[in-house]
Amino acid sequence: MPSIPASSPGGGSGSQGSGVADGDWERVQAEFMKGIWKENPVFVQVLGMCPMLAVTNSAVNAMAMGAATFFVLVGSSFLVSLLRNFIPRQVRISTYIVIIATFVTVADFTLQALLPDIHRELGAFISLIVVNCLILGRQEAFASKNTVKHAVADAVGMAGGFAIALLCLGSVREILGSGSLFGVSLFGSGYEPWVIMILPPGGFIMLGLILLFFNWLKSRRAHWLQSLDKLGEGAR
Amino acid sequence: MNQQQSVLPESANLGADQPSSLRLISTLGLAGLISGLCLVGIYTITLPRIEANKARTLKEAVLQVLPGSVSMEELVWNGQGLIPVEQAGEASYTESIYAAYNRDGSLVGYAIPEDGAGFQDTIRLIYGYRPDSREIVGMRVLESRETPGLGDKIYKDQAFQENFRALSVSPEVVAVKHGSKNAPNQVDCITGATISSKAVVRILRQGNQTWLERIDKSASGTTENGKLPGVPGARNGEVSVPSAEPGIESRRPALPAGSQGR
Amino acid sequence: MKHTAPGLVLRTAPFLKHPTDTPNLMRQVLLALLPVVVAAAAFFGMAAMLVVGASTLGALATEYAFGPSRNRGSTLHDGSALLSGILLGLTLPPSFPLWMAFLGGIVAIGLGKLVWGGLGQNLFNPALVGRAFLQAAFPTTITTWAPQGQGFLHLSSANLAAPLMQARVDTITAATPLGLMKFQHELTPLWSLLVGNSPGSIGETSSALLIVLGLWLAWRRTFDWRIPVAILVTVAVFAGILWIVNPETYPSPLFMLFSGGLLFGTLFMATDPVTSPMAPLGVWLFGVGIGVLVVLIRLWGGLPEGVMYAILLMNAATPLIDRVIQPRPFGRGKHNVLEGDAR
Repeated sequence: MPSIPASSPGGGSGSQGSGVADGDWERVQAEFMKGIWKENPVFVQVLGMCPMLAVTNSAVNAMAMGAATFFVLVGSSFLVSLLRNFIPRQVRISTYIVIIATFVTVADFTLQALLPDIHRELGAFISLIVVNCLILGRQEAFASKNTVKHAVADAVGMAGGFAIALLCLGSVREILGSGSLFGVSLFGSGYEPWVIMILPPGGFIMLGLILLFFNWLKSRRAHWLQSLDKLGEGAR
Repeated sequence: MNQQQSVLPESANLGADQPSSLRLISTLGLAGLISGLCLVGIYTITLPRIEANKARTLKEAVLQVLPGSVSMEELVWNGQGLIPVEQAGEASYTESIYAAYNRDGSLVGYAIPEDGAGFQDTIRLIYGYRPDSREIVGMRVLESRETPGLGDKIYKDQAFQENFRALSVSPEVVAVKHGSKNAPNQVDCITGATISSKAVVRILRQGNQTWLERIDKSASGTTENGKLPGVPGARNGEVSVPSAEPGIESRRPALPAGSQGR
Repeated sequence: MKHTAPGLVLRTAPFLKHPTDTPNLMRQVLLALLPVVVAAAAFFGMAAMLVVGASTLGALATEYAFGPSRNRGSTLHDGSALLSGILLGLTLPPSFPLWMAFLGGIVAIGLGKLVWGGLGQNLFNPALVGRAFLQAAFPTTITTWAPQGQGFLHLSSANLAAPLMQARVDTITAATPLGLMKFQHELTPLWSLLVGNSPGSIGETSSALLIVLGLWLAWRRTFDWRIPVAILVTVAVFAGILWIVNPETYPSPLFMLFSGGLLFGTLFMATDPVTSPMAPLGVWLFGVGIGVLVVLIRLWGGLPEGVMYAILLMNAATPLIDRVIQPRPFGRGKHNVLEGDAR
């Protein structure tokens, strides 16, 4: 798995400012936005692939997974950031895991009680949020070094980016694999479902194609900016 | 990945501010304690809902595979007869079936849960058996991971489900090639999903083998209006347990589809 | 190239100049496929031609659209996309919807070749990647076989299904010889397998024709003769042993050899020089692996036919085989090349 490319600047600059409340609203926005796009956990960092591939065979499942991860990530980032000065470094990972596992279990029981059908669909993957490297990664790289405000902004951004990616993949796979979106049939009863799309191989293929698309988009944009620069120089 | 960035400087100054072991242990202990308390809390709050969900799923399945039934009761085999699970000791049984009753309180039939290997993973199903006509009258798949589009037709294909509306169990249930069903004990296989169809039939046979004889033995002691030997004649009045309190009917939440972790 | 990494050349001097190049090789294989296509037209009629046409069109369009952006379309000239498209079409059932065949062509070239970096870089045989995708995506349609002899102009309604829409199942379907063997324990007579008048994929039915073409290709040295020999001998021996042990349950080795896509896959897909090992010993290993897997899947697997998966699995093992068994450089002793390099 590729390493997290760009999260170090955020984490690094944050650690210097820790303790100092630099109430900069712009910074909060920046921490939020980086998870959505520039450092998107799936499209850029390629983290949390297990739930990404396993439960995105329908948009509803993807959304439930996104919501559960959102709850766990925001909750644990908040707590870890709040307690960051009380937790000794030597036991920080174990403490993070205890915190994360608690949130996951709460999410698990709640889903089981309120939405038993979705819980059945997601199966063990709700409990497996504990080992989603995205969550522990954010605690270690960001929440443990930043103020509560920034940590929560970062967590909301990252979890939001993760949920968007899940929804992207889940929607495409549901449209192709079942001919419907959120359970609403799109093509009528004569549609021939692409069975592979709701099976694990379809997840891999679709994720690969989406990553391909995003990288292509990025390179196009870089190209475009370059030519814009040249144009500006020429005009001058 | 991230660790590398943060671990290196820390390990460098580890010697400088090494906290006491007591502090480490107490931090972890405290975290565990608080976490444990939270979990106990959420467990207590959600448990009734979860149990109710499971029981409702089970009840729906039982009542669906035995058309005409409105209430049910869990039965276990104690070696001589079928007795309600309440009367059996905790350790005396490993599997149970469900007796279903109609509005008058007389027996409609038995719902038998059974599982076995399918094409990809275990198929768990429940089917309704009427001892009076010696027929299977309904089948519902509770859990399966059969191939979408092919094997999943065992519960999505209406025509396949029709096989189990009145499926005779004597002679033994057999699977036949699609379109060639011509006897009441035959099951029409699904084209392209022969293995899954045959798996369902095999699971039915397996269930029949275990339970039909027991049901017969138990029924020989049954009174004419369908009451069970173990149950005193007063079923008529107290049968219809409202679904709001399904916990009464089935104390063992082992069956419903959601309970099996994947 | 030759200046930058001389160490990458796996075969050492002396080199002989030979007129064979990629387009030349592809042309020979295409030429060999011509009789197969003609036979398919005779057996299955126009429908088969349209299916092959659709998959070829999908392959060519993808090669054109996603090939190298500089000098677009230049890679079409080597004929490899054309070959992959035709090969894919020939492995499909004759009553296959045309839009699915087109999609298969796109996947074959797109996921089977271009994402790896183009011809020569791909790990798997492109045509089989396309077919594996179709098999996983439309498992029912790809196992619905039309019978032969419905007239040249007969088109099943399934062929003409609108894009993305289901193929309405024709009233007349047939079972392949392997399907009959697996699910009904009925054996198709051998002469029928040789002539090819039994249901099956478009290009696979006539064993006699395929044998002749195989001999011709081997004589022209278009492919490494070791691959087909290794596969067929392994299948014959493995199936033969089983047949001798229990002729009631297991089909005869001749049936195993001549039914299904074994001959077609062996001659045209397993021999793909890109996805098969280089050293002779590795080639033998590759062929034996395919043969064993084919028999295992056919007799004990969930599917009646296993040639596709057998070849794809051994394709995946090819880099490993090439790593362990490297060609012996000319003039060196029989010691390991890796050790030799380490000196």
